[in-house]
Amino acid sequence: MLDKRMTAADIVGQIESGMTIGIGGWGPRRKPMALVRELLRSDVTDLTVVAYGGADVGMLCAAGKVKKVIFAFVSLDAIPLEPWFRKAREAGGIDVLEMDEGMFQWGLKAAAFDLPFLPTRVGLGTDLAELGGFKTITSPYADGETLIAMPAIPLDIALIHVNRSDWRGNVQVFGPDVYYDEWFAKAAKRAFVSCEELVDRIEDHYPDDAQSNLFERCFVTGVVEVPGGAHPTSMPPHYGWDMAALKQYAAAAREPGDWTSVADQFVDESEDAYMKRNGGWEAVAKLPLPIF
Amino acid sequence: MAEATLAELCILAASEAFRGNGEIVATGVGPVPRTAAGLAKLTHTPELMMTDGECYLVEQPVPIGPRAYDDRKPAGYLPFSRFFDSAVWTRRRHAMVTPTQLDRFGQINLSYMGGTHAQPKVQMLGVRGFPGNSIYHPNSFFFPVHSKRVFVEGEVDMISGAGYNPAKRKAGGNFSGIDLRRIVTNLCVMDFGGADNAVRVISLHPGVTFDQVQDATGFELELADDVAQTPVPDAETLAIIATLDPHNVRSKVIKDNPPATGAAG
Repeated sequence: MLDKRMTAADIVGQIESGMTIGIGGWGPRRKPMALVRELLRSDVTDLTVVAYGGADVGMLCAAGKVKKVIFAFVSLDAIPLEPWFRKAREAGGIDVLEMDEGMFQWGLKAAAFDLPFLPTRVGLGTDLAELGGFKTITSPYADGETLIAMPAIPLDIALIHVNRSDWRGNVQVFGPDVYYDEWFAKAAKRAFVSCEELVDRIEDHYPDDAQSNLFERCFVTGVVEVPGGAHPTSMPPHYGWDMAALKQYAAAAREPGDWTSVADQFVDESEDAYMKRNGGWEAVAKLPLPIF
Repeated sequence: MAEATLAELCILAASEAFRGNGEIVATGVGPVPRTAAGLAKLTHTPELMMTDGECYLVEQPVPIGPRAYDDRKPAGYLPFSRFFDSAVWTRRRHAMVTPTQLDRFGQINLSYMGGTHAQPKVQMLGVRGFPGNSIYHPNSFFFPVHSKRVFVEGEVDMISGAGYNPAKRKAGGNFSGIDLRRIVTNLCVMDFGGADNAVRVISLHPGVTFDQVQDATGFELELADDVAQTPVPDAETLAIIATLDPHNVRSKVIKDNPPATGAAG
């Protein structure tokens, strides 16, 4: 289908319990939170979540949706330790595959190229190999070097939030850094994007932004327009992260510390209700961009 | 001019880690290391490369703390996807970081403490980029509180960054990139220049004794033959530090913000 427009519910309807899902963005940045919230409203469970993690991972763990997390870190940046992920880990019962940030992209690239692994030196000399069950391989060339065979991380589904898309899935991604979103898209059997702005034919409206086409539309299965869809994470140049909301979210992990008692606050019954609770789109649009 | 603080002394000491490093990316994570990298670039090693703390390369170190967003002047571009390609995996970087634990082999931990990997007692950040950083490029460390909780007896709870532990050298692996440089703390400056890369005290902050440092460390330290007193920054250096940290964030790094000469307490 060339017309890839869907609703968030349609997209989440394609996610089945037990699947491996990759989530784009980085820590508290550019996370497809509207799609994560829709996932939190569903009855899907037993997920393997692959992410440079932030509140996406924390919320899914808190809501009991997660069987396993594949990660290099989970952090809200200004709040270094993601409180709900931390809580879930310290309670035990969540499987993990922990790796270096660079190995992580290597695993996504291996999956994108349909390779079983890519060799790397990274991880040697640490506890990662033993804990993650990573095997080594000997270089077949004269150097004979022992390397870690970083296994591919194939994804059933990838969820990505972009600035702009058209109905055919031509995306444009702005902001100073776009992280590894393109590799999430390519490592997945099906990638779904939410966008701040959906336009008709992107070439008619924004041809000058063509260099911002981060990945090609053949890697996009479905697209949905959700202004503010990254809230409370940042989405430059549209809006910064909502530190007040993130602090509230973090505080809720301590008191009362029970997700069900605060889930409404961070998910609510619908995206419209969620936005209203957070002051509406106008308030989100005014969130200042972070300064580093 | 007010007397230099201990944090400012640490900034000067930390900046020395980057001296003569050449055209590599100097990354300082946290107020003291970041200010130190900026100080190094503005004084003795102008060829250093540096980011704005996000993804643009800048030739003018970006001050820490609140300011107008557009104050940053990008001269180059180093987003995450290029960070590994251009800096980490090509060895063109020197990072100064603050892990939670460090052991006598220079192995560091940022992942979890206590319990098991399946169920940690305290979950921390995760290994982040430490495995790659440690096996590819130089690394240095800053610790605002020199204690046995940081410098642990035995080995760290989870080895997140590779060090000089012979037991962790897998046969045939290439460990030539492991290059641990300096450790700056509130008490002293150390390096890995002892026997078999043992941690060695190379300078003591004013008023601090080696015994004090040893008592606050969980493993045995060596003392350099020519151990010096860590230099106190002069007025010119303090002025540069003030431009890099206009909001005096550095005053919050070490408890009670003691003067440089008051480290002994």
